[in-house]
Amino acid sequence: MIHLLTVDWLLLLEKLILIVIVVMASLVIAMYETYAERKIAAFMQDRIGPNRAGPLGLLQPLADGGKLFFKEEIIPNHSNKILFILGPSLAMLTAMITSAVIPWSGDINLFGRTVSLQIADVNIGILYVFAVVSLGVYGIMIGGWSSNNKFSLLAALRGASQVISYELAMGLSLIAVLMITQTLSLKEIVEQQMASHWNILYQPLAFIIFFTCALAECNRTPFDLPEAESELNMGYHQEYSSMKLGFYLFAEYVNMFISSAIVVTLFFGGYDIPFLDEAAHADWGNWLALAGLVCFMLKIGFFIFLFMWIRWTVPRFRYDQLMDLGWKKLIPLALANMVITGAVILWMNK
Amino acid sequence: MNSFVYLLDTVVTGNSADYVPIGIQIIFAAGFVATVMIATHLLGPKRKTAEKLENFASGIESHGNARQPLAIKYFLVAILFVLFDVEVIFFYPYAVNFKSLGWYGFIEVLLFVCFFLTGFIYIIKKGALKWED
Repeated sequence: MIHLLTVDWLLLLEKLILIVIVVMASLVIAMYETYAERKIAAFMQDRIGPNRAGPLGLLQPLADGGKLFFKEEIIPNHSNKILFILGPSLAMLTAMITSAVIPWSGDINLFGRTVSLQIADVNIGILYVFAVVSLGVYGIMIGGWSSNNKFSLLAALRGASQVISYELAMGLSLIAVLMITQTLSLKEIVEQQMASHWNILYQPLAFIIFFTCALAECNRTPFDLPEAESELNMGYHQEYSSMKLGFYLFAEYVNMFISSAIVVTLFFGGYDIPFLDEAAHADWGNWLALAGLVCFMLKIGFFIFLFMWIRWTVPRFRYDQLMDLGWKKLIPLALANMVITGAVILWMNK
Repeated sequence: MNSFVYLLDTVVTGNSADYVPIGIQIIFAAGFVATVMIATHLLGPKRKTAEKLENFASGIESHGNARQPLAIKYFLVAILFVLFDVEVIFFYPYAVNFKSLGWYGFIEVLLFVCFFLTGFIYIIKKGALKWED
């Protein structure tokens, strides 16, 4: 009981508010990513894109999302009902909890309290991200298996083995970065980059491997084999309808936002404002944190655009090419990068 | 030996209270997912027919259970993933303490990389990752 009383309730309240803001913001951003995707696709194919719902079609994502709520919910007769509902729920859940360790900006001052704009500054930050990303594969696998549809099952198997294969190269590519940062905490990684240079200058190869793997983890083109509609009808979510389908599609866009945020945090300085020495402008207070947040969002926006740019430019891989790239090219490359980085750092330090 | 003791001796910088907000976020996300699932169940129309609830197989009648024996390759990939992912995780504590371990630790990790590569070359030579027969 005494232990309960010593809990800092204000801190908990502050975290709760931050969690609500971060989760809701990532959902709204994911909604507008669908709009951006359609507009960018239209631009690249010389079309207009959505322009009916609201000015410039800006209300289109709301109309799409709202429609999904009012669609008939179909659970096929031969499916496993509990797992059928659990699949999309897990996919959405894992997409929503990854954001817990991302530092959104520096500390701000509110009513005399120093508020950290990071939900949880744990010292194993990057490992938490990996743990949650690995859980994402269950959403695909359970959804495909429980549908009891041959196409869904094939797509789910493809998806699962693709995601786990690229997770290896992803984990290996980061080791070279960690050798430079010497910490797993995302906040400390950003602060180090603010003090010196962005990690992309030291680790361009690790960035390329990591970004390729991020494309594969999010099932984005050129690695969208689980959703190859010309071969598998639609993919692992073929039997799904109403908001359950919405969750699968939506989770993909939330994941895209979160993986862009992680790429920016690890390699592009996070909320660091380029060409500005933050330490010299500490007197700007909350405005500095706000400017950092805006900078962070702009960088994330660029990477989301890059995801979409790649989608509408590069065709899909064949399955054996995909597995060859992941296992026989990216893994040895990441391993070599790690060994060379280690040798160079030790040689320079001597 | 020294380097090994150092790995065990790493200063603890966090505590379990740091994880409480993650727990809150998981509960919040689970609540959101459950609410939306129930809402969509209540809001949508319910006009089910026997044909509608059949599995979709591009318009033809579906035959038998979908859960049939599958290509062994997928299981092989899954097993190899577990094996190599554990090895990858072993690199993490090394990478974090890498500067203080110096050349001595580096050579030890090179040995580990050799083990990693031996296994890796073995599975490739065995054709475990060959998708075209």
